[in-house]
Amino acid sequence: MTVRYALLAAAILALIAVPYAITEQYYVNIASQILLYAVFALGLNILVGYGGLVSLGHAGLSGAASYAAAYLLAAGHGHVVAIAGALAAGLLTTAGFAALSLRASGISFIMITLALGEIIWGLAYRWISITNGDNGISVATRPAPFGLSLASADGFYDATLIVFLIAVAACAIFVHSPFGAALAGTRDQPRRMNALGFHVWMVRFWAFMFSGLLSAVAGILFVYYNEFISPQALALTASAEGLLMVISGGAGTLLGPVVGAALVVIVKNVVSAYIARWNFLLGAIFVLIVVFMPEGLVPGSVRLFRAAWRGARRRKPAAAAAAPASMPAGEPKP
Amino acid sequence: MSALAVKNLSKSFGGLRVTANVNFAVEPGERRLIIGPNGAGKTTLFNLITGELTPDAGSVLLFDRDITRLPSRNRPHLGMARTYQIITLFPRDTILRNAMLALLGLSPLRWNPFAALHRQQHLRDAARAALARVGLAEMAERPLAETSYGEKRRVEIAMALAQQPRVLLLDEPFAGLSIDERRDVRSLLSSIPRDVTVVMIEHDMDTALDLADRITLLHFGEVVVEGTRAEVVADPRTREVYLGE
Repeated sequence: MTVRYALLAAAILALIAVPYAITEQYYVNIASQILLYAVFALGLNILVGYGGLVSLGHAGLSGAASYAAAYLLAAGHGHVVAIAGALAAGLLTTAGFAALSLRASGISFIMITLALGEIIWGLAYRWISITNGDNGISVATRPAPFGLSLASADGFYDATLIVFLIAVAACAIFVHSPFGAALAGTRDQPRRMNALGFHVWMVRFWAFMFSGLLSAVAGILFVYYNEFISPQALALTASAEGLLMVISGGAGTLLGPVVGAALVVIVKNVVSAYIARWNFLLGAIFVLIVVFMPEGLVPGSVRLFRAAWRGARRRKPAAAAAAPASMPAGEPKP
Repeated sequence: MSALAVKNLSKSFGGLRVTANVNFAVEPGERRLIIGPNGAGKTTLFNLITGELTPDAGSVLLFDRDITRLPSRNRPHLGMARTYQIITLFPRDTILRNAMLALLGLSPLRWNPFAALHRQQHLRDAARAALARVGLAEMAERPLAETSYGEKRRVEIAMALAQQPRVLLLDEPFAGLSIDERRDVRSLLSSIPRDVTVVMIEHDMDTALDLADRITLLHFGEVVVEGTRAEVVADPRTREVYLGE
């Protein structure tokens, strides 16, 4: 347990040190991107990993928040109004998604969320009087909470890190709570949960709302990071990328989506500078993960590490026992 | 007042009548055995009583309260608990956590997204007590996936008992058990206090006969015979159903 806390403290210190260690602005911005996508993936993971409900429409939720913020800012409102409006828009959209999609589960749930996500994308693309269509909406300034400017790469990174840490803590508290246990129960045995007195639909609904809240927060970070929003951010590929982060890192784990977000963002932005066919590389990495660590990078690495540790401990006493004997003790059993 | 009463209950799947005008009443504290050959409609009857299926006609009464239209998730809160014929547990969790989920189902705490579940000492204690009743206290921390079939059966029963039901519905609690395990489960079931009414399904006549006060024989969705143990065993219609004479 103390080792765990020490590792956690070290990780947080390392994250704080990023802008000091990396002087190049470009890479600080990549770090900000990783963190904001991690918030998105954490939100999606609540539903996919802990609720067993695979959504292919989550970019619609973060997108609704992004557009609301951009629209309000373009209309001349302040950042507080824009952020509050974005959260409200994100949560309202989530409630609509949940009410329509939770009638189903499994494949049908995926298809309904996919269709809903496409509707939001269609609105962003075609409702030109509000969204400015394909041209998108530009955001002139980033907010300056408590007089601290977020205009620089470092300033924005720090703000994103704070939001990210709050999101991780919120997820940690959520999944270890009684409600989190109830959600995992509805994933594993919905019928039994119902027979035990749980309101399965309502549990899933509130989990969806929490997931949507994190998506909306990620959407707000996204629009401020890019200072621009266009329908591209709401496309099916954006939802699929989020899902890729969750599954490659490890669905149903706290750290998995963060690692998955780092993987996807790095391949997409950094490796793509060296390899033109980075999409191919990302696909190949994903295939390798599915083949060798179907449970995801984080739980997969833990499993391999434990196996190696156990193997090393077994070999040591065995070698010590075999050495003094120095005679063939028979064929080792396969 | 009966603990559980079923009145003119009917259910059809398409053209197949699986429950045909079933009537019976179970007194408080009674042990009722519902028997019938495979396909007699026993589990369907349970699903109608617990509300997992909605009847086409008729009503279900729990301590004289009509619960026919009550959603199934509300019935545990009124004191109705059930087990499943096919093990329906949480394989990723420990035995203790399975039992804790059963307790959580009736607790307002289940909506709390802020508290730490593992710090809820009263829940843990109650879950351990429920596991002790079925002789699993020693292995409470073991993952469910690493337990035997017979132990899983006992977890099923522990979870139902943990909810302190007034009416306990057991769907083939002996299914798939070895002779030793059957003996364990039988002594476990006979230790349930009489303030709990027990309704049990079994398709094999001999297995649970000695646990029952009264027996209802179901065949093709209909009640064929109902009476005391001796009456039902002696009835020629019982022989007819089971031996096809």
